[in-house]
This record gives sequence, C-alpha cells and structure tokens, in this order.
Amino acid sequence: MVSIKEALKDYQEEFFLAGNSTCAGCGLEIALRWAMKALGPNTSLVTPASCLNVVVGLWPKTASNFPFMNMAFAAGAAAATGVSAAFKAKAYRFPGKVWEKMTTLVFAGDGGTTDIGIQGLSGAAERNSNIIYCCYDNEAYMNTGIQRSSSTPHGAITTTTTLGKEQYKKNLPQIMAAHEIPYVATCSVSEPLDIFEKFKKAKSIEGCKYIHILASCPPGWGIASEDAVEIPRLAVKTGSWILYEIENGVITLSKKSKLLLDPSKRVPLIEYLSRQKRFSKISEKALIELQEQLDLQWIKIANEIKCQENLA
Amino acid sequence: MIDSQDDFIQERETKIIKGNEAAAYAAKSARVQVISAYPITPQTTVVEKLSEFVDNGEMPGTEYIKVESEHSVMASIVGASTAGTRTFTATSGQGLFYMYEMVHWAAGARLPIVTTIASRGPAPPWNIWADFTDIISCRDTGWMISFAANHQEIYDDILMSYKICEDYDILLPKFVAYGGFTLSHTSKPVTIEDQEVVDNFLPPLPDEKGWPHIFLDPERPMMHGNLIMPSGFYNEFRLKIHHTMLMAKDKIKKVTKEFESTFGRHYGNGLIQEYRINDADVAIINYGELAMQMEQAVDDLREEGYKVGSVKLRYLRPFPVEDIINVARKVKILGVADRATAFGSPTGGPVSSEVKTALYNSSVSTQVLPIIMGLGGREVSLEQQKNQLKALIKLKETGELPRDMIDGTFWDGLLEVE
Repeated sequence: MVSIKEALKDYQEEFFLAGNSTCAGCGLEIALRWAMKALGPNTSLVTPASCLNVVVGLWPKTASNFPFMNMAFAAGAAAATGVSAAFKAKAYRFPGKVWEKMTTLVFAGDGGTTDIGIQGLSGAAERNSNIIYCCYDNEAYMNTGIQRSSSTPHGAITTTTTLGKEQYKKNLPQIMAAHEIPYVATCSVSEPLDIFEKFKKAKSIEGCKYIHILASCPPGWGIASEDAVEIPRLAVKTGSWILYEIENGVITLSKKSKLLLDPSKRVPLIEYLSRQKRFSKISEKALIELQEQLDLQWIKIANEIKCQENLA
Repeated sequence: MIDSQDDFIQERETKIIKGNEAAAYAAKSARVQVISAYPITPQTTVVEKLSEFVDNGEMPGTEYIKVESEHSVMASIVGASTAGTRTFTATSGQGLFYMYEMVHWAAGARLPIVTTIASRGPAPPWNIWADFTDIISCRDTGWMISFAANHQEIYDDILMSYKICEDYDILLPKFVAYGGFTLSHTSKPVTIEDQEVVDNFLPPLPDEKGWPHIFLDPERPMMHGNLIMPSGFYNEFRLKIHHTMLMAKDKIKKVTKEFESTFGRHYGNGLIQEYRINDADVAIINYGELAMQMEQAVDDLREEGYKVGSVKLRYLRPFPVEDIINVARKVKILGVADRATAFGSPTGGPVSSEVKTALYNSSVSTQVLPIIMGLGGREVSLEQQKNQLKALIKLKETGELPRDMIDGTFWDGLLEVE
C-alpha cells in the first residue's frame, strides 16, 4: 500500500472540490474525495437522492470537477447502467477515444442502497453492469433528518426509532457478494488509503463492482466533528465494521481487520458505542446482543477463510 | 450471438406484421443506440423482436439492457440519453405507472427519448386490453404524446418522433401510444422503408459531443439536475417546457409534411386528420384504432345520406387547440369519444374535457357530446360507432340526448345491470 504522502504527491488533482457544503467532519466528503483521486478524470458519477445531491452545491454552482448526474432515489444503479451502455455505444461509433476508458460510478447513501435502491442494484449486479457502485453508509437517512434505514444498527436512536432501533443492520456487502459479482469491498472513512487502493482495483475490473464505506455523520451519530475519523476507526478496531475484499468469491481481510481474527485483539465494543449519542439509550441487553452479533460475524468470516484455505 | 453485420441493412419491403413488430422495426430503422426494456403484456413482442434483431447482429453497436423493472427501464434510458445516445423503449399500463417518476425526470432533463405504449386498462381488476387511461395519466409530464391508429402509423410515427424530439428547438421526449391487442397483436401489411432513405429523413445520430444542453464528458465536466432554490430558475425552466410544447405544433406539422413528401403517406396536418367533415352536420373525434373504424362508419352512413364526418386526433400533447376549434366551426355537434377515464373530471372522459376547454375561449358555440366507450378492451363495433353518429344526428334534429347519458356524458356500450 502507498503511504498517504505518496498518494497525495502522486495524486494531487482534486475532483470533489473545496467549497462544497458538507457539515464539518462529514464522512461522505472523505469517501468521495479519495474515491475520485483513485478513479481520476475519466469518471462519470450518478448520485441518487442523498446528502450528496445537496452538498455538492446549489444550482448553478457545483463542487464536482467531473461529469455528475443527479438521479431519483431508487434509480442510481439503473441510471449508471444506462450511462455505461451509452459509453459503450459511443466507443463503438468513436473508437480510440475517451469513451472506452470511462468509469461509471454511483455514489449512494445507505437509504438509496439498502432500502429503496436495492432492486435496481440487485438488477445491475445480476446483469454484471460495468459500473462501480459505492454505498457511503452513515447508517440512517441523514439528509431528511436522521430517520432509521435498514442499515441503521441495533440500538441506535434515530428520529423514527426514538428508543433505539429494534432490528439489526442489513448486511449489504454480503448480499452483494451473494450475487457473485467480480468485486465487493468494505471500507471506512478512517482509512483513506484503503479506499484509494480499493477503488483503484475496482476500476481495473470489468463488470459490477460494489464498495461499501462506513461514513461518519457528526450530527446523525451525535459525535464531535473532530472525532469524525476517530469514531469510524473505533468501528474498525472493535471489529464492529470489518474491512475486506471479495474478489471472484474469495474473501481477503484487509490489513486493519486481519489481526482482529484473534478476538483478544478487538477493542471492546462499548468503547465505540459510548462515544456516540445515538447509542445513549442502549440497554445492557442490546449491548450484549450487539457483541454476540459481532462475534458471530467474525466466526462466519473465520470459517469462510478456513474453508478457502482448505480448498486451496 | 452470430457475426454482426457491418451496418444496418434494410431494403424497402412490405411485410405482414403485428403492431408491436412495426414498433420494433421502426426502432431498428432509426438506428437506436441504446434499448432498455422490461416485458409487460401487451408490449412484450416489441422487446422480443428487438432482441432478435440485436442477437442476430442486425443492429451492430446497439446496446440492449434487459433491466429488472420499468422504473429501471426509464432510469437507464435517462442515463443513456444524458450520455448522448439515441434511445428507445416500450411499455404498457402498469409498467408505465411504475416508471412514472422517471417519466417526469426525462422531460425535466429535456431528453429526446422515444417510447411506445401498447395501452391497456389499469388494475384492479387486472386488465390487459386496449384502454388509453395509462398514457393519458402522463398528460402533464412534459412528454409529447401521440396516438397511432394503425400498424403502418406505428412505424411511421416513431420515425417522425425522432425527427421532432431531436430538433434542437424541441428536445423533449415523446410517447407513441396504440391500443393493446387491437393493434399490438393483430397483423397488417406494413412497409419498412429503405435504410438509406430513413437515414436521410432522420437527423444524424448525436455526434461525440452528444446533445447541446446535456452531456457526460470529462472534457466538459458538468453537473446535471442539482438542487435549485425557489428563487432559482425553476419556474422559468418549467415555462420553457410549456413554450416548447406549444412551438412543437409547427414542428410536428412540418415533419409530417416532410414525411409525406419522402414516403408518400399522409397523416392530416400532423396533429389531427379530418375525414369527410367539410360538409358534415355532425362529427366524432376519436384517437387510436377506433378512429380508423369510425371512418368506415362515416362512409357507410354517407351512403345512407347522413352528413357525418370523423376526426382522428393524433396528438394529446401538444394539444391542437386551433385545429379543434376549426373542426368545431364546421359542424353543429361534435362528439368526442374517449377510450379512457378521467374520474371526477367535468365529463368523465379526458379528451372530451380537453376539447371543451379548447372551445371555451373561442367564438364557437358548437355543442360537444362527450362519449366514453370500450374501456379495458371492450369491443366497440362498427355498428356501435354508426349508432353514435346517428345519435348525434338525432340530437341535432330533435334535441333528444342518447340513452345512457350519465351526468352529461354518453357512456356507450354499458352492460345492462339490475
């Protein structure tokens, strides 16, 4: 992996520009900035309804230095499929030009991905549409005022789960992996270089690529802006958010998560939860349930890795 | 997939084909670059035929996306059109309702998308047969809407649509609607035109730069569709769509004339097609396939000495206000037959309400008789249409309204209910 210094030196160009109206400490901004650094200028973005529609700038201003298309909430993956097909059709008519090199990217929130957008996304995955679909997951409908989504974790307070959410977070990366697409990866905004590397890799692969980024939201999570990197880092360190790649069905844990296969290396979950106001009403019971769910996920992944090693 | 041809090949030939196949042939003749579709009865054979063309290598370079829903159909078509390609899709009834959000999007983005609708009745109860309530529910979306009344007109109107939509003064999407099963699944001779002649008639495919106002080009990075405040140009953008719609009337007339001189087929002035109305006492406006049968009814009654006429409405949007006023001026009583509903509207039928609105501000005081018939594919026979004309004559001569008048609208062909 390159160092952050090297990456900033070699990739000085910025595509998601300063002057956008994200909140201080917005995880989305880190995610998009580093994704675009990796993908470069020949990228066309589709973004369904989300904070990104708003923070990128009010008409006629924009903070995107690349083609950017706003889209209806449920339509991110399908619209990107259309864009990607059009680039292919243009490459046929105008060979040797930029059209054959274009990357079509979707940047969608967790609502636009795990809830209203899942049908279109599943369709794009099954068709193996040549797109990179990125979900920046701040674990609720932050743009409309912090309502619960199917990606909101158990126990989290939102404006529609005032006592804490009863249900568990939908595991979308695994659902995408079940579509047997060529590339699935998880990231956290606390690890920008990991984002950078994974988007670079995704760009080099033909077909449907899915990247799920845990993205902090200071107002939505009830954290200080200056903690917007530290808190998702704790999500990784506690093992609550696992960083991995699944390439052609083979899972590989990313560096920061790999050592957590050993449970004793995991920071206790409470250290991640107690720093966030959204978990302030969490019960003893819910805490135990979350820890159990976390441990179970790790057992599943450890088993999968063992299986893979045996097969190899 | 077999080896692709180097280019689109089509010699002028007349084939006996279904209405849906005529639509598919038109998309091929127009060299559409991106197709996206999801099957729904009675549209299915359009997308089947196109699959055949693409799989056989007869449409080299055309991308065909088989999506998982109609919402995704129009989303992907919006994406493909935004990126600067000529696009095509087709749907029906429930499918059109499901894509409705994206229908608005396409017009707001001013994309010259052409879509055919094999119209069917809305559920429940389930219905898959001719009824134009589906397409008329898109009246206020900013799409142009035309009706094809026969198999050849489906093919012809799709070609004309691309020429109208892609004109830089217009740049709006357009629907071409025709009756489910009545046209989609019946067969008639249709002339498929020579590729080179079609190429010369249509504008060239968009060049590398795409459309003038919307593009996805790394050399010219641009944002599309971002949030606009109430103090921004939202109102003005909407007014522009309305203005364009009104301007499109002249464009439609012009393209229809050009079409006639190129291919020899006549479609009135483009917006409406009159039939024997110049000396008529009464006439009925129809749209879709029943407009054709009405011409037969007129011929039959003329032989019996009745002075009757027929008008085929070709466009719902833009609505041919001036032409409708001219028609009304010629007759004493004007029937307007809707194979569609507009529940709770002044007449219960959508087009009759439009006609009444058009006449309200004119000096014409012709009586308008709204008719609703044939919903959900119910048979409307030649005899029935002749009786509609006779009912109008009787109304003119005696002032007596037809039986089955419900709140000012003639509901023709209702079953006897105890």
